[in-house]
Amino acid sequence: MSDYSNLKTEEMVLNMGPQHPSTHGVLRLEIKLDGELIVEVKPHVGYLHRCFEKHCEAMTYPQIVPYVDRMDYLASMSNELGYAIAVERLMGIQVPERVEYIRVIMAELQRIASHMVALGTYGLDIGAFTPFLYLFADRERILSIFEETCGARLLYNYIWVGGLSHDLHPDFIRKAKEFVTYFRPKITELNNLLSYNKIFIERTANVGILPIETAINYGMTGPNLRASGLKWDLRRDDPYSIYDKFEFDIPVGKGWVGTLGDCWDRYFVRVLEMEQSLNILDQALAQIPDGDVTSAIPKRIKPAERQIYTRVENPRGELGYFIVSKGGLQPHRVKVRPPSFISLGLMNELCKGHLVADVIAILGSIDIVLGEVDR
Amino acid sequence: MIIYEYLSELFGSPVLASVIQSLFPLIFLIPFALFAVWLERKVSAFMQDRIGPNRVGKHGWLQTVADILKLIQKEDITAANADKPLFNIAPVLVFAGSYLAFAAIPFSSAYIGSSIDLGLLFIVAASGFVVAGILMGGWASNNKYSLLGAVRSAAQVVSYEIPTVLVILSVVMLTGSLSLYELSEMQTSSIHNWILFGGNAPLLQKILLIPFMFIGFIILYISSLAEVNRTPFDIPEAESELVAGFHTEYSGMKFAMFFLAEYANMFAVSAIVSAIFLGGYQSPFGYLGNTLGLTWLVPIEQFLWFSAKGLFFVFVQMWLRWTLPRLRVDQLMALCWKYLIPIAFVNLLIIGLIVLIKI
Amino acid sequence: MREYFSNIWSGLFTVLVGMKITFKHLFEPSVTIQYPDEKPKLPERARNRLYVNMDDCIGCDQCSRACPVSCIEIETVKALPTDDLGKTSQGKKKALWVTKFNIDFAKCCYCQLCVFPCPTECIYMTETYEFSEYQRDSLNYSFVTLTPSEIEEKKDNFAKFEAEKAAQKAAAAAPKPAQKTDE
Repeated sequence: MSDYSNLKTEEMVLNMGPQHPSTHGVLRLEIKLDGELIVEVKPHVGYLHRCFEKHCEAMTYPQIVPYVDRMDYLASMSNELGYAIAVERLMGIQVPERVEYIRVIMAELQRIASHMVALGTYGLDIGAFTPFLYLFADRERILSIFEETCGARLLYNYIWVGGLSHDLHPDFIRKAKEFVTYFRPKITELNNLLSYNKIFIERTANVGILPIETAINYGMTGPNLRASGLKWDLRRDDPYSIYDKFEFDIPVGKGWVGTLGDCWDRYFVRVLEMEQSLNILDQALAQIPDGDVTSAIPKRIKPAERQIYTRVENPRGELGYFIVSKGGLQPHRVKVRPPSFISLGLMNELCKGHLVADVIAILGSIDIVLGEVDR
Repeated sequence: MIIYEYLSELFGSPVLASVIQSLFPLIFLIPFALFAVWLERKVSAFMQDRIGPNRVGKHGWLQTVADILKLIQKEDITAANADKPLFNIAPVLVFAGSYLAFAAIPFSSAYIGSSIDLGLLFIVAASGFVVAGILMGGWASNNKYSLLGAVRSAAQVVSYEIPTVLVILSVVMLTGSLSLYELSEMQTSSIHNWILFGGNAPLLQKILLIPFMFIGFIILYISSLAEVNRTPFDIPEAESELVAGFHTEYSGMKFAMFFLAEYANMFAVSAIVSAIFLGGYQSPFGYLGNTLGLTWLVPIEQFLWFSAKGLFFVFVQMWLRWTLPRLRVDQLMALCWKYLIPIAFVNLLIIGLIVLIKI
Repeated sequence: MREYFSNIWSGLFTVLVGMKITFKHLFEPSVTIQYPDEKPKLPERARNRLYVNMDDCIGCDQCSRACPVSCIEIETVKALPTDDLGKTSQGKKKALWVTKFNIDFAKCCYCQLCVFPCPTECIYMTETYEFSEYQRDSLNYSFVTLTPSEIEEKKDNFAKFEAEKAAQKAAAAAPKPAQKTDE
């Protein structure tokens, strides 16, 4: 019998990023490894810091909208929606019915587009290249619809305080409806190709389990929280805009193939959410009223001396805006509660005891956008 | 075989003939690798609704040539703290390992590099040689990702040789030969003589053998995928985790060597699978040369059949790569030790029994 | 034991299902647009490089103030009462010589916020999107129609005019305190 207890072993520090194929942007993870087992993960953020909050203090309210776009660049519409609602509540503006409908349609299309990127890149992280490109090709359809209406594909500057920059393009309703019918079977295809694939399930089930208590303690929101089993969706629990008019389910994780709150649950909740977004789109596209979209835009946005916190359900979770107004044309302070940043805080908790390959699987499953983490 | 005899007569020296003959696979391999890289890109592109390379040459078929030219021109970077001798040897060794396997591959009845009796065993041993190169490269790069990739690769290739050998063993029990030439000659004339369908065994035995031969075939194909580090077993170079695994630090021509070795290996394992189970170079329909009375045509036809079969399996490898996600390192081991090896072992016992009973 | 075999089965089956899907896509037409050769038609609202129609510009500086990244630089000189600047296409009277109208497209974020406040609709987004440059400075576009000598002239004119006015004022205002001190 040989005695291995005298064998000198040491932990290895592995720097993952800032240049690494699957850190979803410019993120640096400092990983302490014992062999291939993870002892500790330390995320280092700030590589994409663009002083959003400080910038806002020197900008007038409408000028902030393009900056808001650039936070979570995969869900610009949702960011704008949250900001517009915050300032509207600050000033007490009522926007016309049509504007609300268009905003909901845009936000839901954006949610689908954002989830497409999330799911596609998640497949890429696990090693499946093809679903990623299928989803990107389909996402292109949404972006083209957006481009036709507001002129931009990624950073829209479309939802303004009190209204919208343009009315819908005449083709919009038809094209959006076409997309809804086109995309439903594509979800099934995605499921067959990736979600139900045995290897994919093996890689993601029972990995990075997030118990509901931990999720709540860390302030997780959005699909990550729902995957742990809590039915919490701001569209239903704190309705903004006109979400209370639509019927939709809130998919929650059930531990379908593994434990409740594992990576596969987080992945699959997003797939189901895309279906629900299609349902909302169906209803909204059928009911959309006529009207003027620019009538409620104030000439001068100069809120009274107040402060407000508003939150909306971003594709990545609760996006909150805390705006302090001192009565000027510029806000005194804008603070953003970014869902991605808070999700990233969980990395160490989720990764402990897993393998290096699981870091990628877990990082992909919490779906962060570094633009929003760093702002 | 015939070519070797012809060459030794021509040069009057068997040594010179062997040396010249040993270059023949290279003549096949380099165009094949160029073609396979192009095919891989085209297949992946079409599967992903893209176009793929289409600028250099018609349908981009010169793209890989252009890439190789680019790689030759590129600066050959050696990382500052790398172990230089090992770092430089590694790609050569990896390529040598995969080229070694070609020595025993029967391209046609007229040409086998070396018709040794232990051909199958030799190929298994030679493919183990690649691991040494990969480990060397990973260690010498002095990069943590490379090291992880190399260690993973060693564990993987060593484990997956066991099911490979078990399946080969079950085939050997049926045929009684380890020589690839004999194996191929045994599966002559038509499809039902393929070992996949029980080879030359009597009818009843054949029917009993077929399902187990299929299982053996699938196991062999899966473990061959693992041995060449292809998706879903490409964990040594898992790009989303380890950047490029053991060849992260390599650039220029040395990188091209790894690349060439990968594609050479892909063909080698496909060739072995087809030689063992699908009749090797034998045509399933008989030969045009025989019907026309042109005997010299037969070896060429055989070569074409062999390439076609090999290429088909290479295509399936690509197809799998662009469909499947990647396994994790422990799952890879679990698949090998918990599934492939026990099944291969039971399969071996059953085939042994069937062969023994001699119904 | 049952789980063992169901694992094998689901492993093989789902792989084959996936392979079927990718095989089907092998024969689907590609979605690629081969960009420099074929260009997609831009929608009419597409937001690309800005253009300023200087004939209509009245130098009101509203676009510059709306810009969130301050990429528009405008300098104006007041026209002399005798100058005739013409009218914009909408019939507005111009009262300022625009001596500097630079848009730095290296800074521009194509948000279109400058387009909306323009009272004469003279700044708008065009369809040009291929204007990359090797030097960052060359992305700084100048839209001024006046030549440098003309600009100098206008500035001088205005300075002279101001000086004259100041002199007149001084002449009008100076004598009084002077008288007072005298007394």
